[in-house]
Amino acid sequence: MEHLQAYRSFVSYIDRSREYYAAQGYPEPYAWAHHDDVPFAPLRKRLSECRVGLVTTAAGPEAEGTTDALQSMRPREPYAEPSDPPPARLFTDHLFWDKEATHTDDVDSFLPVNRLAEYATDGRIGSMSPRFYGVPTDYSQSRTSQHHAPQILEWCREDGVNAVLLSAL
Amino acid sequence: MPTAIMGCARDVVEECGVARFVFTDFPLGNPCGKPWDIDMQRSIVGSALDLLDRAWMARTTVQTPFRWGNDMWRKAFMRVDDNKREALAREGEERRRRQAEIKAGR
Repeated sequence: MEHLQAYRSFVSYIDRSREYYAAQGYPEPYAWAHHDDVPFAPLRKRLSECRVGLVTTAAGPEAEGTTDALQSMRPREPYAEPSDPPPARLFTDHLFWDKEATHTDDVDSFLPVNRLAEYATDGRIGSMSPRFYGVPTDYSQSRTSQHHAPQILEWCREDGVNAVLLSAL
Repeated sequence: MPTAIMGCARDVVEECGVARFVFTDFPLGNPCGKPWDIDMQRSIVGSALDLLDRAWMARTTVQTPFRWGNDMWRKAFMRVDDNKREALAREGEERRRRQAEIKAGR
């Protein structure tokens, strides 16, 4: 449908969360990651020859049963789990997504492990990494960039991964 | 390492700055397609693979053509209005109290 509108249509989570946390009594707004320079790595070989890995912000099986969102704010570590058999569920209750509008009962809606396996079977990619990788959300940009990201990169290299798809809840 | 991100928070990802971004204008939670919609999930992952293959510079965003179905969630999520202010302030206090407990190792 074509029409005119005075505002952008997509939700600004930066604006929305600033008002939300202010209403919760936090004196300082959350400071979001911002980079003026963004690295770019081109594919070094054909996609049909690449091994592709998946990275998720969902928590691994060890977090199952953690219902308290604040408990889940304790520092977590990155993890790597087998892609085959694919996980039937992953733990997402502690993450800040729209629990009124949707659900995460289908893992492929946020970690497309079965869909990527199908692309490997079809030959669109060479193979899927034997493991997928989890990065914790812990509100520390320095832990994410200096500790968690290097660990996941190391696992990707151990597994012979050539490219990575990341999905953020 | 070549990367592509699938996500629904356009401003957060683009402000951060990433190599390749597949944006789907859905409520937060299903960045790779609606639950149980295999065709949609396949299309979104396919877009991410296309982007891995074809993007030539950083900050390349593509938006998938999918719509959630209704737009109620856009205004409802994290909404702050006068009816909710008191509850939100209480939530914040409770949250800070629990955070202090966790910090103290209890």
